[in-house]
Amino acid sequence: MDESKKIGRRDFVRGAAAFALAGGTWAAVGTKAEGTVWQLDPNKCTQCGRCATHCVLNPSAVKCMNQFNICGYCDLCFAYLHPGSRERNTGAENLLCPTAAIERKFIEDPYYEYKINEDNCIGCAKCVEACLVFGNGSFYLQVRQDVCINCNECSIAKACPSNAWSKVPASKPYMFITGETPPGQK
Amino acid sequence: MKRLSKAALLLLFLGLAASVYAIEIRFAPPDFQTDYTLPGERIPAPSAGFGAWDVLILFAALSTATWLVLKKRSRRGLFLLSIACMVYFGFWRKGCICPVGSLQNVAAAILIPGVGVSAVVVAFFVMPLIFSLFFGRVFCASVCPLGAIQELVAIRPIKISSSIERALGLGKYVYLGVAILGVGTGAGFFVCRYDPFVGLYRLGHSFNMLLAGGVILVLGIFIARPYCRFLCPYGVLLGWMSKFSKWHLDIAPQGKCVDCRLCESSCPYNAMDMPTPIHLMEKQDTGKKRTQRLVLLVPVITGIAAFAGYLLHEPLSRMHPTVQLSERVAAEDLKLIPEQILETEHFRAGSQTTEQLHAEALALRSQFKAGGALLGAFLGLVVSLKLVGLSVVRKRTVFEPHRETCFSCGRCYPYCPVEPEGTPNVAQERV
Repeated sequence: MDESKKIGRRDFVRGAAAFALAGGTWAAVGTKAEGTVWQLDPNKCTQCGRCATHCVLNPSAVKCMNQFNICGYCDLCFAYLHPGSRERNTGAENLLCPTAAIERKFIEDPYYEYKINEDNCIGCAKCVEACLVFGNGSFYLQVRQDVCINCNECSIAKACPSNAWSKVPASKPYMFITGETPPGQK
Repeated sequence: MKRLSKAALLLLFLGLAASVYAIEIRFAPPDFQTDYTLPGERIPAPSAGFGAWDVLILFAALSTATWLVLKKRSRRGLFLLSIACMVYFGFWRKGCICPVGSLQNVAAAILIPGVGVSAVVVAFFVMPLIFSLFFGRVFCASVCPLGAIQELVAIRPIKISSSIERALGLGKYVYLGVAILGVGTGAGFFVCRYDPFVGLYRLGHSFNMLLAGGVILVLGIFIARPYCRFLCPYGVLLGWMSKFSKWHLDIAPQGKCVDCRLCESSCPYNAMDMPTPIHLMEKQDTGKKRTQRLVLLVPVITGIAAFAGYLLHEPLSRMHPTVQLSERVAAEDLKLIPEQILETEHFRAGSQTTEQLHAEALALRSQFKAGGALLGAFLGLVVSLKLVGLSVVRKRTVFEPHRETCFSCGRCYPYCPVEPEGTPNVAQERV
């Protein structure tokens, strides 16, 4: 056999390695090929407060959302006002939110709209718990996917005591507390 | 009429919501008299997902590194490229997802039914391996953000003896094995959890991990690239590929080499193999016999290690959070631990019973029996094959980089006094 046409040991192993790589890749991709993002199930969330403290980002990529179609628009909103507050006004000492991230707006008597200022929100879930206990439960936590850097292993998911976190398909990145399908998701 | 239908819809919806979900509607949502419309929920699309763009950039970086290593032979170029890659893959993309971590995603997709992996992640995993198979570890040279930052701080490298190097180098096999065991049993992605530099790139992490990263960087001033040499699990795979690479970084070819040993002393990674010294040349029979005996020992060592791994299933299983929770709950029930922690508190408030939890933990533990045995067998095989490799004295006549451990960083290039043949030099092809 011509020396140049001989298949060397290295060539053989290289071929075998390339074959194994291709096979392994095929086996891996064969199942599902969509990217995933992290999300927490608001119905499993127990408002422990770790979303605010365990995210690698500061402030956390987890923010509060208000589901307006079940919000009571209450004047006396327990997610907004601190239960121990002496006066019922919008002074900082009377607010439950530690960063004053809830913005209150008068709509019509006696209804007020509560919007989350996501730049301020740290995802501590204090308002979520209050709304769940005293109100309709329209406040809940969600990962804001424009902030989240999608770590391969989410530090909050690892620390979550109630298994609320999971990797979800990138095309369905949100879970509404009402179970409705968020707009744009199939 | 419109208002009536709206109210009916709302009632229907609330009934549905209340029956399925935990929320309780205490205050009926208002029926606004003014023309107020409900604000829509802001649901921004994912921004951090790696796209085709990043795959292209990785490919370009790998190609540039290959060109710099093999054609241009430029240490300076590789140094600049590693700064660029550290800035892009590290500080800009926040170090996620990197090829090092992607091995877990691929392992999860292979080992766990129903788990998939996106094509982008697969591309990140496979591309450096394929480059390694043809051109050596050019990925380590200057593309990997973890390697780049260590390469930059390695300013006063000292040489450690090759026996210590070999012994500590087994650490990366252990890490790879444990990482895959962790993925396969669902215990977590340890490579990402204990990534020492990602905290630096994100400017935030737990204190312990930042400390670990700092310690490794300070250590890395003197012991160059400690993570890559002794811990990196992806480096194991890259090394396997690079061992059989078609082209590879090389130094002065035979006939040209002046045996000055400058390349050897310039390499802080013990990756430059010297020509076989005469005192190591032995009678062929002696070497053959020893090697044969070691080859016969391979299955024995592998078997013993597998058994040892099996015996270790209990401590190994404690890396799984469910097993941890189960043990903690049991200890609390037996009043061994007085106070509850958040995890057990939430578990007790939840619907799962203690028996279910313990059963789940026991099932996991039996998974760790098989997993531990496999891990042990893998490590035993690695150690015994390394022994066989040590026993075989290969006859080298020139200085050449050790293909498996050489990071292709190009530190030896400026030290070689032999002018490369023509400019730029073409790397020698070896079959």
